[in-house]
Amino acid sequence: MSKRRTERLLSIVVLLLSSRRYLTAEQIRASVFGYPDAGESFKRMFERDKEELRELGIPLETGKSSALDDEIGYRIRRQDYELPEIHLTPGEAAALGIASRVWQSAELAGAYAGALLKLKAASGDNDGEEDAQRMSRSIEPRLTTQEKAFGPLWEAVRDRRPVTFTHQASGRPDAIKRELEPWGVVNRRGHWYVAGHDRGREAPRVFRMSRITGPVRLSGPPGSVKVPDGVDVGAMVKDWDRTPPRDRTAVLRIRAGAGVPLRQWARDVAADTDGAPGWDRVTLSFADSGWYAEYLASFGPDIVVLDPPDLREAVIRRLKGALA
Amino acid sequence: MSVQSAAGAPRMVTSAERLRRLLALVPYVVARRSVGLAETAATFGMTERELIDDLNLAWCVELKSPEPFCPIDLSYEDGEITISQAESIARPLRLAADEASALLVALRALAESGGDSDAVASLIAKIEDAAGAAAAASSQVKIHIDPPNGPGVPSALNDALTAGQRVHLRYYVPSRDEATERDVDPIRMLIIEGRTYLKGWCRRAEGVRTFRLDRILDVAVLDVPAEVHEEAESDDGDAQLFRPSESDVRAELELAAGARWVTEYYPCESQTELGEGRLRVVLRTQDTSLVRRLALRLGEDGRVIAPAELAEEVRAAAAAALALYD
Repeated sequence: MSKRRTERLLSIVVLLLSSRRYLTAEQIRASVFGYPDAGESFKRMFERDKEELRELGIPLETGKSSALDDEIGYRIRRQDYELPEIHLTPGEAAALGIASRVWQSAELAGAYAGALLKLKAASGDNDGEEDAQRMSRSIEPRLTTQEKAFGPLWEAVRDRRPVTFTHQASGRPDAIKRELEPWGVVNRRGHWYVAGHDRGREAPRVFRMSRITGPVRLSGPPGSVKVPDGVDVGAMVKDWDRTPPRDRTAVLRIRAGAGVPLRQWARDVAADTDGAPGWDRVTLSFADSGWYAEYLASFGPDIVVLDPPDLREAVIRRLKGALA
Repeated sequence: MSVQSAAGAPRMVTSAERLRRLLALVPYVVARRSVGLAETAATFGMTERELIDDLNLAWCVELKSPEPFCPIDLSYEDGEITISQAESIARPLRLAADEASALLVALRALAESGGDSDAVASLIAKIEDAAGAAAAASSQVKIHIDPPNGPGVPSALNDALTAGQRVHLRYYVPSRDEATERDVDPIRMLIIEGRTYLKGWCRRAEGVRTFRLDRILDVAVLDVPAEVHEEAESDDGDAQLFRPSESDVRAELELAAGARWVTEYYPCESQTELGEGRLRVVLRTQDTSLVRRLALRLGEDGRVIAPAELAEEVRAAAAAALALYD
């Protein structure tokens, strides 16, 4: 908050970037305005300032300029500090503008905006507004992060730290506690997953973040998770989420005018000559009788499943459940 | 993007955030030699007053040892900022890990969605190169998006968007199991939570609407130019597909563990754990037939608690459906 603190931090950055030698805490105190006389209160202030600079990503290095120095000092090496030259074509600048709309979460949109300012500061290029207009005609993705587990898991993956959480698997009455070494986070078809090594199961596992209940806790220091070579978290989630092939055939009666999407996907639609008038006989492909029966039940009295028997029974069971 | 405070209220900025901003502001001006106050304030999402405060702060920085000196010299006369001396902070600070990840993951998502992929690919390469070690974390984040493909609806909409033409849609409304007809001025196509949508100005509803591509039964590109509507210009809330309204009906449901997925796909106002994986939820909807269809689908895994008429409607529909199997 305080203007003086910002001034002091800025002075330290300028001072340490300008110096080739390591400067001791005392030399820094003597060179910038705003510190009290040497002593405990200075030490505390200086510790907090160092931490703040490091949190901003400023590469504060410690060391000694010569073996004769008995106290360690600090410096910022220019090549570690500076963003390298980067020049963008108008098309690239336009893409950068469009991608700024991708993140729908305040934190990541904020991180994107911060990065964008640095890139703009790294080049005197124009900002490609006209091209952004042109490119906005293509398809734009939006990434939402409503899952509460996303933030802590993103940090855990970034800092390579193990985590614990409870997970409620689909259809299971009990939530189970897990300890995971997270290898990566994956967004597949709009859902976030975390993949890693499950310490309890001693095996690789994938968890859908929306099914993580309660808080995610960090359970180890930064850098303590080793991601094995050749791990492909995208492929792990793809395996978890594979859709079975639609290799089964269903025959339904559908009331005339109803079941619009069923007709859209039908292999065959014909007037139902056996039944009452006002119904069509529709042939469709489906994959899984459990899921498909749920979907068909939602059409209520507008459809009747004729075949296969297991699908017919599953729909009847759903309807009886709704009646009970 | 930056958070705009309420009118007149001072915005709380921490000293760290302010330092981060200053370390970008100084090189931004240096790279442009001279740049307007108004333009710079807009780029950095601050007021001109706040910008001037920041410039004054930078100008006031003074080192006292060995010789007292002021490392930053600047002026902002006649609304133009120039920085004649910026010493060691004339270049921006490298990207932090979160910043590099936010950039790279968003760009990879854009590349996955199709479009001008050459520019996106070369931009990703340049940023990976510039970010160096900070780019490493982003390789542990993967995005998989299925762009719509094939002929038919996606390509017709793409043509309409490119040519700026109005379209006529036959659009399926699932809660009523009904196909509707409407004319739409397309704005853009979006992929949100795994599905593709057309955002456009619906001439029937006289407002911006989002249409799921897999519910567009038919599309015809009309020989009429699309009209750009001012209130449709904003990008805000693109991903907010459900907009609560005062006329919404609140439907209360009890879900068994096997039906917990409902909370991932329907707008739930509240969720209460009931033990053993059971959940009580309150859904908001404009159209209760949506909840009736959901309840039929859930069978014994879901039960409508309120409103009572809706619970009765579900039972009646289930009974009528079962009668067809006798």
